[in-house]
Amino acid sequence: MTAFSRRHLLGIEGLTPNEISFLLDQSDGYVEKSRSSDRKSALLRGRTVINLFFENSTRTRTSFELAGKRLGADVINMTVAASSTAKGETLIDTAMTLNAMHIDVLVVRHPDSGAAQLLSEKVNCAVVNAGDGAHEHPTQALLDALTIRRRRGGLGGLLVAICGDLLHSRVARSNIHLLNTMGAVVRVVAPRTLLPSGVERLGVEVFHTMKDGLKDVDIVMMLRVQNERMTGNFIPSIREYFHFFGLDYQKMSVTKPDALIMHPGPMNRGVEIDSDLADDVERSLIREQVEMGVAVRMACLDVLTANLANAASRGPS
Amino acid sequence: MSARAPGRIAYVNARLLDPASGIDAAGGLLTDGEVIVAVAPGLFCDDRPGDAEVIDCGGACLAPGLVDMRVQLCEPGQEHKETLASAGWSAVAGGVTSMVCLPNTDPVIDDVATVEFVARRARKNGLAKVYPYAAATKQLEGEELAEIGMLAEAGALGFTDGTKAIKSAQMMRRALAYAATFGVILIQHPEEPSLAHGGVMNEGELATRLGLAGIPCCAEAIMLERDMRLVALTGGRYHAAHLSTAEGVAVIRRAKQAGLPVTCDTAPPYFALNEMAVGDYRTFAKLSPPLRSEADREAIVAGLAQGVIDAIASDHTPQDQDSKRLPFAQAEFGGVGLETLLPITLELYHNEHLSLLQVIERLSWAPARLLGLAAGRLQPGNAADLLLFDPDRAGRVDPDKFRSKSKNSPFDGRPIQGRVLRTVVDGRAVFVADA
Repeated sequence: MTAFSRRHLLGIEGLTPNEISFLLDQSDGYVEKSRSSDRKSALLRGRTVINLFFENSTRTRTSFELAGKRLGADVINMTVAASSTAKGETLIDTAMTLNAMHIDVLVVRHPDSGAAQLLSEKVNCAVVNAGDGAHEHPTQALLDALTIRRRRGGLGGLLVAICGDLLHSRVARSNIHLLNTMGAVVRVVAPRTLLPSGVERLGVEVFHTMKDGLKDVDIVMMLRVQNERMTGNFIPSIREYFHFFGLDYQKMSVTKPDALIMHPGPMNRGVEIDSDLADDVERSLIREQVEMGVAVRMACLDVLTANLANAASRGPS
Repeated sequence: MSARAPGRIAYVNARLLDPASGIDAAGGLLTDGEVIVAVAPGLFCDDRPGDAEVIDCGGACLAPGLVDMRVQLCEPGQEHKETLASAGWSAVAGGVTSMVCLPNTDPVIDDVATVEFVARRARKNGLAKVYPYAAATKQLEGEELAEIGMLAEAGALGFTDGTKAIKSAQMMRRALAYAATFGVILIQHPEEPSLAHGGVMNEGELATRLGLAGIPCCAEAIMLERDMRLVALTGGRYHAAHLSTAEGVAVIRRAKQAGLPVTCDTAPPYFALNEMAVGDYRTFAKLSPPLRSEADREAIVAGLAQGVIDAIASDHTPQDQDSKRLPFAQAEFGGVGLETLLPITLELYHNEHLSLLQVIERLSWAPARLLGLAAGRLQPGNAADLLLFDPDRAGRVDPDKFRSKSKNSPFDGRPIQGRVLRTVVDGRAVFVADA
């Protein structure tokens, strides 16, 4: 038995510290593997991984694709226009079709919260949630945790501020769950229009100014502002948003002196983060996060397919 | 105005009225330059300061200058109705030393440059101090949030869509939440727009007899009830302007009892007049919200006496003759009020609904406190913004003598008791009544 015996990875909420640590330990090994010249293994040879994406994504899809290929799996990308009506029906129909083809891992991104869970109830393969609506994005939280852990040696006791559009962010939710589970102290900083109601019940301290929220923090996690649907409704303008909530050197002046900056990407330079700061190698972990993403996804695919094999060997037939 | 700073001035033989400290006693006050340096009961009763100019108040009331939290200045955009200068003169003649203007100018006060324009232009006049509210939504259209954070930094005292209610509940929710982020207050014109649409006076028997379209009382209560729930949801700081109905007062009373961060004001027409003032289609009595029934008027008086209604504002709305000399339905809403604010409010004192100290509290300290202004109290170190008045002197409202450019007063010809004798802004006398 491994420390992670689940069939699917649908979210961070509910995972134990041991499970998270185990996945991070596995990922560590894949970081070294990816850095060596011998990146490719045959661990998942004969396995089929399908990236089923109902939302546009370049980096997450590529990251999963690379992870699967480095492990020797056959990886197929399916991008489905999410605009069609009767999404629920389409989703289940698609799942049943794929299920009939005997695949091993389904990596799903969908604009509706709960879509990955729904699929997991209909298929025999392992499901990895690559982002469902405003619910969870577990591999993002894991890669963020791995990035921090490799820099700081651990997560316990760190003070982390998550800043920006928490209302629409699945990344924020997954990170809040993970950081809390691992003993970090989590703050959120946003205008009240961008905070989901009851967010304080998730175990975070709520701040409305960067000056107070960033005071003495170890890590600043910025979230993307989706400005096309934001302006006028949730915030008055990009100008005002950057003035009060955009991260720049001045706002970083109250953090711990060695505080580090993270962003799940893709960044809006000059909206939520100052361009120079984003590129500052002393402070910004943004590129490192991308590297860790591949390692984390390799670990997840490895662990989940191993669990499939175990389940099969234990199974009745 | 004179740029020379005033020296030391002693106000002696006064009845001091300072609601913030609860003082209502004979005493004196000393100013030095632009600020109050001493104030106390009994001060200068036996001795006179040797080095100061002495003003003998002759037993008249010395109070903080009035803080009028709802004024339309019409500049920029409608300077034929009022300008910052004419409103400034009108204000000081009425004893008002600070006024807060609505953003429904042309251009709308919804950007930092316009906030700064109003502040700069008003400072130049050296009359009553002008503070702007800024738009809560861009162009007052109720569709998109205005830049509330940056406007607050530029000096906007609060946020409102002026004479328009924020119609969409979702927009109101976001405006309250967003304003709360910055700790600023949102001021609502509490009138459900679809019920008010087309109406020109209070709905009821009189409107029916006159054949005029009415606005039901519940238009106020419905909007307030909705907003109270949104305040509870968001924690936003909310102020309801010009309450006019008994039901409206009841809603605010319940909200305050529930501990919601809510305040409200009313204006003199709503406690001194009722719908009968519309009489023979008098357009000067066409106000927004409309004058209500006698029972509503009594409820407003009671709300003021019980402290449910925090403040009294003039709701000064200048209209030129062309805007009022029209069939009732076509005439503009609103009345001027800066120069009748004090004497009409003093009726509440003469009719024994409020003490003199309470009258001054509703007109100065309460609005200053709820807007976060360092005004409305006789406090050493504060600006010497003062009002000297005789609460008993009899007279009659004469719009021809108004300093305001517009004469559209619903109190035209009304006998009054109470007169402003002297108004002081930053230590300087800016208005002195003829003997």
